[in-house]
Amino acid sequence: MAGTLSIPERQIALLLSGLLALLGLVMAAAARHGVMVVHGAMALGLGVVLIFIVGGALYDPAPPTDRMRRYYDAPTRFGIVMTLVWALIGMSAGVWVAALLYWPEATPLWPATSFGRLRPVHTTGIIFGFGGNALIATSFHVLQRTARARLADSVSPWVVLLGYNLFCAWAVTGYLMGSTQSKEYAEAEWYADLWLVVIWVTYFILYLRTLARRAEPHIYVANWYYLAFILVVAMLHIVNNLALPVRLTTAESFPIWAGVQDAMVQWWYGHNAVAFFLTSGFLGMLYYFLPVRSGRPIWSYRLSILSFWGITFFYIWVGSHHLHYTALPYWAQTLGMTFSVMLLVPSWASAGNAIATLNGAWHKVRDDATLRFMFVAAVFYGLSTFEGSFLAIRPVNSLSHYTDWTVGHVHSGTLGWVAMIIFGALYTLVPQLSGRETMASPRAVEWHFWLAVAGTLVYVVSMWNAGITQGLMWRTYQESGALSYSFLESVRAMAPYYLLRTIGGALFLTGMVICVWNCRATMRVAPGAATDHPLVAQPAE
Amino acid sequence: MLRLHYNLEKLSMGLVGAIIVAASIGGLVEIAPLFTIDETVAVPDDLRPHTPLELAGREIYIREGCYACHSQMVRSLADEIDRYGPYSLAGESAYDHPMLWGSKRTGPDLARLGGKYSDLWHVEHLVDPRSVVPASIMPAYPWLARPLDTGLLHDKLATLARLGVPYDEAMIAAAKTDALAQSRPDSDGAEAVTVRYGGKVAVRAFDGDPETLTEMDAVVAYLQSLGTLTEAPYRVLAEDRP
Ligand code: HEC
Ligand code: HEM
Repeated sequence: MAGTLSIPERQIALLLSGLLALLGLVMAAAARHGVMVVHGAMALGLGVVLIFIVGGALYDPAPPTDRMRRYYDAPTRFGIVMTLVWALIGMSAGVWVAALLYWPEATPLWPATSFGRLRPVHTTGIIFGFGGNALIATSFHVLQRTARARLADSVSPWVVLLGYNLFCAWAVTGYLMGSTQSKEYAEAEWYADLWLVVIWVTYFILYLRTLARRAEPHIYVANWYYLAFILVVAMLHIVNNLALPVRLTTAESFPIWAGVQDAMVQWWYGHNAVAFFLTSGFLGMLYYFLPVRSGRPIWSYRLSILSFWGITFFYIWVGSHHLHYTALPYWAQTLGMTFSVMLLVPSWASAGNAIATLNGAWHKVRDDATLRFMFVAAVFYGLSTFEGSFLAIRPVNSLSHYTDWTVGHVHSGTLGWVAMIIFGALYTLVPQLSGRETMASPRAVEWHFWLAVAGTLVYVVSMWNAGITQGLMWRTYQESGALSYSFLESVRAMAPYYLLRTIGGALFLTGMVICVWNCRATMRVAPGAATDHPLVAQPAE
Repeated sequence: MLRLHYNLEKLSMGLVGAIIVAASIGGLVEIAPLFTIDETVAVPDDLRPHTPLELAGREIYIREGCYACHSQMVRSLADEIDRYGPYSLAGESAYDHPMLWGSKRTGPDLARLGGKYSDLWHVEHLVDPRSVVPASIMPAYPWLARPLDTGLLHDKLATLARLGVPYDEAMIAAAKTDALAQSRPDSDGAEAVTVRYGGKVAVRAFDGDPETLTEMDAVVAYLQSLGTLTEAPYRVLAEDRP
């Protein structure tokens, strides 16, 4: 890391590391309760480690003078490593919580290993840790290639990546210690949220400054999506997390929103975390890596405009479909439902555009597991957006809501679409950044592909069955007018599906382990070749 | 149109502005009115805030992630009303920062739980769910037997009061003692709790032991309060179904 910075940049980095250590020290010293002390110590530790890394290399030889004519790839490589680390953490936690629902005594009787605390470790670890690092790492790569410019400076990419991972680590360790706001996908406490705002603004400014240096007059569509991801996530994060700390020296806080307003804000956030984190950013990934890997330009430029603005405008309305038949006013539910159905148009336009791009390259899809990952991702994107629009229809939702059908839907999106497109991007990027033609083991990529597809199908199909069974059992009446099943009977009926889901998850995790091993082997084989690449135009357009 | 967009693509700030506008409209239209229309801001007359002990229980409910498996929102569907009780009203959670409506029912809805079981049942169920419900897949929470930390209760009530929850000066000042007294029916402060929070507040040794104030006291007090903070849902349902 430090070797790629110029001497003045190293001095700035050293200063920032010192500030981080100081911040951690102040937090740990001022805090009255455990969680904040631990989190302060974590920041202090990270700051000190960085001081040693940067300080130790302060007067090492400066990087080559022609570096401004090269892309800056070191942050991307680091981001990929963190993606893999979080994938293992998040997916292992997923398999674990899945197992707990089948075998509730599988866990030691410690607070930290209880289902309610591990579940957000899974969701945060996987969405923000795995997904977020993948988005940031690829966005740096894509931005530079499509703008034909080096990142605007060399320090802020590190601030973004390290700061972001500190946020994720704070969040996840906080839940284990019982510190949570309980807002789904926004469980982290107020100081972590503030910290993320600082990091995110740094990210946004870096993005804009790099765009401003671009050698291409046009901003390529992948960047529109990444921009929408950065901007809208900032907006959602700030509004949903507005909270009043009980004291500045404690982790506890109360959200300023209450009751029905809180519910609406939460699901406006929650669903748009799906939209702008798990969709928009990943469409940016798709729009770059799919054409690059298949060697074909995006099928329709017009369609990409239509779908971009459709997604950006429609998605924001749909959060209220999480609140059908609740105490949220009826008109708001109706708006959510209507826009959810309309959303199918731009969603399928994107999926269709991606699949049509592959037209003429089907032999590559057949032979290249990496491209096949992207193809499957586009197909699952199409399927799960269809399912989403369907589930948003009020009468359908009356059956599906609160059941495992939702969980099945979520994972058809996250396993089938998000994770698959990440794998496609990883298998394209990792060899390229390591100066190699292929991954260390192309056969392992095949194995990963089939394990991932099998795992996803087993997971999703078992959850469909589970959810529909639950939904029907809850609403079935006897002739006499009494309910047919007790709640407990519906719990019992879930056992086989929960077992199957755990198996599906384990298959998926096995594939992930193979992927990590393969990436590691690939990145290690050719350390010399892992230098920054000269600025050249990319075939993406 | 295409021409316009062609030019927009050359302006990064243009794209930024357009994205912000496009992504703001929906949220504004759906969220802003919720702060003004009667249906969503009307608070039932008889709605009381949680007592300090119940609030502490609620915080533990959040800490342990009970909301990941339990909803607290009865939808206005016949089978839910028959299974759980009157459907939930917006006003019921007017003082809930944050709301705990939930999104997944791995376990049953808890919105109308208060009074359904005895305190003892809850204690046994939380310590070892399978001892009372053999087929249960709910996690065990034996560590709730540890003493309750009331150190922050005063500040918590004060913070909530600043957010508009009707805790008055006296309630805030007595937060700690009220928490203790609510679990000690024979103590001096016990009556003061019902004076401050209303006669319907349960004052009992929730975990069966009036000597030490435990997290179990707090959680059970909270669970027994669910659905009892106002009568409004029962009134509304009776009007709906004459
Ligand atoms: C893994 C999911 C899960 C978690 C987490 C969970 N529960 Fe449960 N809960 C269940 C299931 C399943 C049942 C139904 C079986 C039973 O009664 O044990 C249940 C039942 C209950 C009941 C009985 C409700 C009724 O009407 O019969 C109560 C009360 C309850 N849980 C409270 C809690 C509390 C308090 C917590 C947090 C400390 C919690 N639960 C955490 C799954 C969970
Ligand atoms: C190894 C594979 C995985 C397994 C075994 C797994 C398992 C689980 C389990 C058991 C739950 C809790 C469901 C419940 O409460 O009943 C869950 C929730 C969730 N998971 Fe996963 N998961 C996996 C991968 C992923 C991935 C890759 C993502 C995202 C990129 C993801 C995102 C989510 C989300 C958003 C939820 C919350 C769903 C909701 O609230 O409805 N999961 N997962």
